[in-house]
Amino acid sequence: MSGTPELDDESAPSWIGKVRTRLERDLPYDKLLPETQPAYVASWIYVFGVGTLSALVMIIASGTVLAFEGPSWYHISNVGHFFNSLHYWSVQLFFLFMVVHLLGKFWMAAWRGNRARTWITGMVALIVSIGAALTGYVIQTNFDSQWISFEAKDGMNAVGIGAWFNVANLGQNLLVHVFLMPLILVVLVAVHLVLVRLRGVVPPIDAAEVEAAGGAVHSSAPSETTEVR
Amino acid sequence: MSAMTRQKQIEREHWTGPVRRYDILKEGTIAVVVVALLVIVLAAIFSSPDDPALTLKGWAKAAPDDMYAVTVSELAGTSGSATYGPPYNTGGDGQALGPITPQKWMGVRQPVDPTNDFVVKPLESQQQPADVAAALTQWTSASADQQGKWATAYDTALNDPNGANGDATKVPTGDYGPVPTMATGLVNMAASGALDGILAAPGQFYNTNATKQILFLGDGSYLDDAATKAHLQGNEWGMMNETGNFPGQEWLQPFSFWYQLPIFNSSATSGFAATLTANADIYIFLLIGIMMLVLILLPFIPGLRSIPRWIPLHKLVWRDYYNRKRTTA
Repeated sequence: MSGTPELDDESAPSWIGKVRTRLERDLPYDKLLPETQPAYVASWIYVFGVGTLSALVMIIASGTVLAFEGPSWYHISNVGHFFNSLHYWSVQLFFLFMVVHLLGKFWMAAWRGNRARTWITGMVALIVSIGAALTGYVIQTNFDSQWISFEAKDGMNAVGIGAWFNVANLGQNLLVHVFLMPLILVVLVAVHLVLVRLRGVVPPIDAAEVEAAGGAVHSSAPSETTEVR
Repeated sequence: MSAMTRQKQIEREHWTGPVRRYDILKEGTIAVVVVALLVIVLAAIFSSPDDPALTLKGWAKAAPDDMYAVTVSELAGTSGSATYGPPYNTGGDGQALGPITPQKWMGVRQPVDPTNDFVVKPLESQQQPADVAAALTQWTSASADQQGKWATAYDTALNDPNGANGDATKVPTGDYGPVPTMATGLVNMAASGALDGILAAPGQFYNTNATKQILFLGDGSYLDDAATKAHLQGNEWGMMNETGNFPGQEWLQPFSFWYQLPIFNSSATSGFAATLTANADIYIFLLIGIMMLVLILLPFIPGLRSIPRWIPLHKLVWRDYYNRKRTTA
């Protein structure tokens, strides 16, 4: 055999080749890991996105410790109770930051300029987070989880979900909470972040007006003009 | 080029206007550290809620009459669980939204047979006093028809508001077969602590499914009373409340809101309000589903997507940027 690999059909584009070409074109490293941000990205409201992400990091970190020790550990151990508290407050901050982030993005109309998918993945992540929280609340193995599963079952059953997803089934909820929900959420967040980098942070609603008045000028490259993907 | 066309062009293109230095990794690390410190401080100062789980033993000790009556209702098929319907059994149809009945359509996928699962099998799984053992034999030897007659007669007599009214000592003499003895046997078994460990899966070593304990516990007033005491009832925002003075699932506010409306909280026994109240969950889930869809698809909904232009709070977010217009114009 010679050292040069032979290709059956060099002209046929491979799936991996298409993905690489697309990524190289749309998401070069300077876009993925930029060292600058548009000057208009200068407000406290922008902190809440990264705050949400940081709270998620804390949720996963504290949840990992709780997962190693099992769902009843924190009832009998002070250390366990502290880690439960870390998990609890991480979740509270996660939702608080996420809601402020969402409100901020709404009032910025951040879906403009082909950024609807960023908005949609964010909203779906919020809904998945609510599901993740529910599965967490019903695996506490305390009075809270007894009452919440007793009440939540009626809603789930009424719409037919309860037949497949039983909030009173500790084992099912435990696995969904520590594996499936985090997996879905992390994938959604990753897609959300890539979309943010891909499209960039949405320009101000009155950017053209500022430009017309002699303010910040954005130069359109000839090849970039109003491309719609 | 009109201002609107130019605006759309700017929004779609990679920004080439003024920029500022930015280190995504450094800022991300700082954010994680700050949030971690905040979480540690909150956890150290405020701790977290953890009220112990109720037990069947606790129920039998605190409210033996309630557990006794519930046991009788499980045998008679009149309890909440026995009349629930899918996904547990065929004792009811479940909720409906007109002709739409997903609860019924899905069928019985989490089978629960209250008579046997909550009473007969647990009693059979343990060595019982002679009278309870004899009562069990009498029950299991009888036809289903006979079992039903005994249990229904006793359930009716026990709950007669003009008679015993829940007091077993005042039930008139009748043909109740083994029902009173079985109910007493189960309450005694629960009071000893034996029922907690075996209700979910009598005779089995492992159990990871609490459905049967939750349903049995919920058939009585013990769980409900504890929830009322902790302000956790659905009609007082209980869905998002938490035990103690802790924030709960605040993110369920849009859900919990609907349960506060009188139309989903009516005491009417007939008419539209009664239908809405009896089927509140499915109606509210539909409303929430529509709300979620609206939020997800907001960028495509005319009017709603223009609100940020009509109420220009964005001027606060980008005030520094907009100020340049004044200084440079």
